[in-house]
Amino acid sequence: MTVELFIQYLVAGITYGSIYAIVAIGFNIIYNTTGIINFAQGEFVMLGGMLAITFLHFLPLPLAIAVAVLCTMAIGAAIEILFIRWLHNPGVLRLVIITVGISILIREAALHIWGDNVHSLPYFVGNEVSTIAVLGARVSPQVLWVIGACGLMVLFLNVFFQMTSVGREMRACAANRTAAVLCGIDTRNMVTLSFVLSAGIGAVAGAVMSPITYTQYDIGTGLAIKGFTVAILGGLGNSLGAVAAGLLLGVIEAFSVSVVPLAFQDAISIALLLVILFVRPHGLFGSSAAGLKEF
Amino acid sequence: MKWSNLALLPLFAVIGLVQVVCSATDSLFYLTQLTMSAYYSLLIIGLCVLMGYAGQISMGHAGFFAIGGYLAAALTTRSLVAFQDTLLVRLLDAAGCLIAGQDIYGEAQLVVTPWAACAIAVLTAAAVAFLLGIPVLKLKGHYLAMATLGFGIIIYRIVLASSYFGEADGISGVPGFTLLPGLSVSGEFSSRVENYYIAWGVLLLGMLLLRNLIDSRAGRALRAIHGSIEAADAVGVDTARFKLYTFVLSAVFAALAGVLLTHYNGGIGPSEAGIMKSVRYVAIVAVGGMANIWGAMIMGVVLNFLSLRGLFGSYDDAVFGLILILIMLFAPGGILNLRLGALWNRVGSKAKGRKEGAS
Amino acid sequence: MMGILRKTVSVAAAACLLLASSAWAETIKVGAVLAVTGPASFLGGPEANTLEMLVEEVNAKGGINGRKVELFLKDTAGSPEKAISMAKQLLEEQQVVAVLGPSTSGETMSLKKIFEDAKTPLISCAAAEAIVDPVASYVFKTPQNDSYAARKIFMEMNKLGISKIAVLVDNSGFGKAGREQILKIAPEYKIEVVEAEVYDAKATDLSAAVAKIKANPAIQGVINWSVVPAQSIVVKNIRQAGWKVPIFQSHGFGNIKYVDAAGAAAEGVIFPAGRLLMADQLPDGHPQKALLVKYVKDYESKYKETASTFGGHGYDAFMIFEKAVTVAGPDKDKVRAAIEGLKNLPGTGGVYNFSATDHNGLTLDAFEMMTVKDGKFVPYIGR
Repeated sequence: MTVELFIQYLVAGITYGSIYAIVAIGFNIIYNTTGIINFAQGEFVMLGGMLAITFLHFLPLPLAIAVAVLCTMAIGAAIEILFIRWLHNPGVLRLVIITVGISILIREAALHIWGDNVHSLPYFVGNEVSTIAVLGARVSPQVLWVIGACGLMVLFLNVFFQMTSVGREMRACAANRTAAVLCGIDTRNMVTLSFVLSAGIGAVAGAVMSPITYTQYDIGTGLAIKGFTVAILGGLGNSLGAVAAGLLLGVIEAFSVSVVPLAFQDAISIALLLVILFVRPHGLFGSSAAGLKEF
Repeated sequence: MKWSNLALLPLFAVIGLVQVVCSATDSLFYLTQLTMSAYYSLLIIGLCVLMGYAGQISMGHAGFFAIGGYLAAALTTRSLVAFQDTLLVRLLDAAGCLIAGQDIYGEAQLVVTPWAACAIAVLTAAAVAFLLGIPVLKLKGHYLAMATLGFGIIIYRIVLASSYFGEADGISGVPGFTLLPGLSVSGEFSSRVENYYIAWGVLLLGMLLLRNLIDSRAGRALRAIHGSIEAADAVGVDTARFKLYTFVLSAVFAALAGVLLTHYNGGIGPSEAGIMKSVRYVAIVAVGGMANIWGAMIMGVVLNFLSLRGLFGSYDDAVFGLILILIMLFAPGGILNLRLGALWNRVGSKAKGRKEGAS
Repeated sequence: MMGILRKTVSVAAAACLLLASSAWAETIKVGAVLAVTGPASFLGGPEANTLEMLVEEVNAKGGINGRKVELFLKDTAGSPEKAISMAKQLLEEQQVVAVLGPSTSGETMSLKKIFEDAKTPLISCAAAEAIVDPVASYVFKTPQNDSYAARKIFMEMNKLGISKIAVLVDNSGFGKAGREQILKIAPEYKIEVVEAEVYDAKATDLSAAVAKIKANPAIQGVINWSVVPAQSIVVKNIRQAGWKVPIFQSHGFGNIKYVDAAGAAAEGVIFPAGRLLMADQLPDGHPQKALLVKYVKDYESKYKETASTFGGHGYDAFMIFEKAVTVAGPDKDKVRAAIEGLKNLPGTGGVYNFSATDHNGLTLDAFEMMTVKDGKFVPYIGR
């Protein structure tokens, strides 16, 4: 393998990987406050892209994306308030099935609103054929936007959870809900906030990736499955684990092209993940002490 | 035969009644979808016992269905003429498991008999479930869900990428499955009534088996596992073994459903192995009430029947999503626990949520 | 016991439904099983729209031979098991004269035997050759054969002196059929397939696969064969990798949306297509011209979206049905025989000449080579 090809695979892998990581972090934020896997996470990504494309008819690009992200956050909050908040002491599986239902409904609504065609935002810089050279390999500048945006979001979330008081309260809520309540934290609002945050980062990812991957009403399911895989592999609730696992999965997928037929790519990468899971039942970076929320 | 099994008698009566009514009103066409729904329900009741009684989620059951369906389809349609001299084919031949014939284009064909194919398919599914179950069932909660989901994805990818399994087109032209002389699982219009009885007979047998399993010593152990693994372990129940056996049993149910439906439809496509199918099965068990095989069976039949008839047209998925949300919000104990009065009281009431909180 | 009661109730409800099933008299019933939603909705959607539009149009004109046409449209979501269930329903419950569709080849193959047994014509909108080869007496199809598209591409490659190629196909039924034909026919044109990859129809980025084939310096041309958005992604990824190789696409590229999606990267892509895409550029005397112009205009004004060749497959299926019923009346066997007798019938896909041995009725001539210039489809006139 030449150096050029190696870099090309690596960049491709990091691009997919950072998208997977963002979706996985979205899973983690909600998992930490509620213990559930929100299957509608992929739909947030789709909505971010679709809404930005729609607003682009009226607004300049940065503003369209900003409004789309805000709208998706509002939708995230609405989902929590309408379907989750008022349930008393619900079982995990019950909530998970509700999110499966929500994800199906959002997808079908999107199908009837935007149709089944692909839509996309324009390239932020240049167009479909512009490339820049990275160590001898050639990539689209949008790839840097995706990687950059995902990196910034991870940084922002870290600062948010470590430095701000709201972030700390959310972490407290994740660590021990009863204790958090005793400390006077309104855990219900924290749950709403976790939906808003997940929806927001999903929507940002959906907008920046749209020029590369396109946005179609049904992209959410595939992303949710990949994101779930990554969240589990990294250890549920562990956001840095998710970043590492996301990049790992992306890079495995990209490099697997050189050894196995592309058609078997998913089978190979998932099989590899299963093996990892059997060896480390709590994910690569999770610990058994983390208080796994059971069904 | 236990007296409690008599509870199945009314179901038996209903099955017969439906057929008589359909025959009398000249609307036998309803039996087509009822037959197909019965096979899906066979998978669903197996999954129900795994989820509701052994407390183990499986997001990969469409994978077991596909193992059954695809192996049955491939073995009974793909000709072995080219491999005639290999040891395996000779062994199969010696065991009387092969039939020679001609395909529709007049070429000589050597295929496995449906009985042998069925046995191979179901045993393969059981073996895969056993080998997969040993490491997978050690996982818990979402990790178990992910591992089984991953298994489902792998099976889906394999059938979609192998030319032996027909890639995107799947396998068609699967012959009927002659169970007894004059009684065969096939989609011919003339044999619809008997196929309806075969499907519901198999489902009834499945129900009988599972009900007795639930009431047996093993079943009580299963329920103990769902309540608390630690407690079950403490009283000397080998929880790991019971979980594994239930997993294998549910895989066998899924594979058998796959085999029979494939012969009935005359083919199978990759959509049967899709992830959304698995998610759908889990959701149907949940709306049926988790530890409630009656609920699971009824929801399995009703939802599949409506979907196969295309009642909601392009809104099929949307309606399914809505049903999931509504039942999970207002009747978390499943459809059979839905009482309209209680529903009214629920606004502000907390009793029910607490009761179901454990599930 | 609760369960049994509920069961009884639901069965009783089903029984009521069945008694209420309405009896329509004097209409000509035609069924359609199309993938309106699901992974093949880009095919089924336009096909369903087209059928609804045409039925409306025919009925506004007083129907066929004075009898109104009643369309029973079923959404299979692209899965064979639903197609089987719904086709059986149409055959027995609605007792349709013929069924149009399905949209995908997998579904069509699973229906072949059922329609042979039911002795009812099935006019498929899926392209795979296996549907009509070998011929089943009641099964027809409207899209052009994949082998014609492959031949057209190879002829062009011969002219350009391209002999070593890479082939990328998606994992849908369309991609599968395309790959089979390409690999089978390539040697006839002295073309060697050096690299072949199958990607997932839902793929969102193929830069790794492109990097792999680009690394093979022998490759002089790339064929991509798919019907999904990924075909726009492939061209983008190739150009983004700074690779100037000539790109050929299949007739699945025949939807301007894919060109829009690929933007500047689509420039210069060469592909075979039915004449629908160049309707207004056809010479006035061309047999397909009037019909194509009208269809495109009607479709676009009614549905506010660009007409594609996929909707055209639905158009042709209905038109063939309509012509056959006009000749033979609404009788399944006579309709079947009448379809085999249709000659010189212009449709959107080409000029159909059916016979007992040819249930597609099109020739190599059904395709024109086209290319993309300034974001629009134009006839390809070579270099």
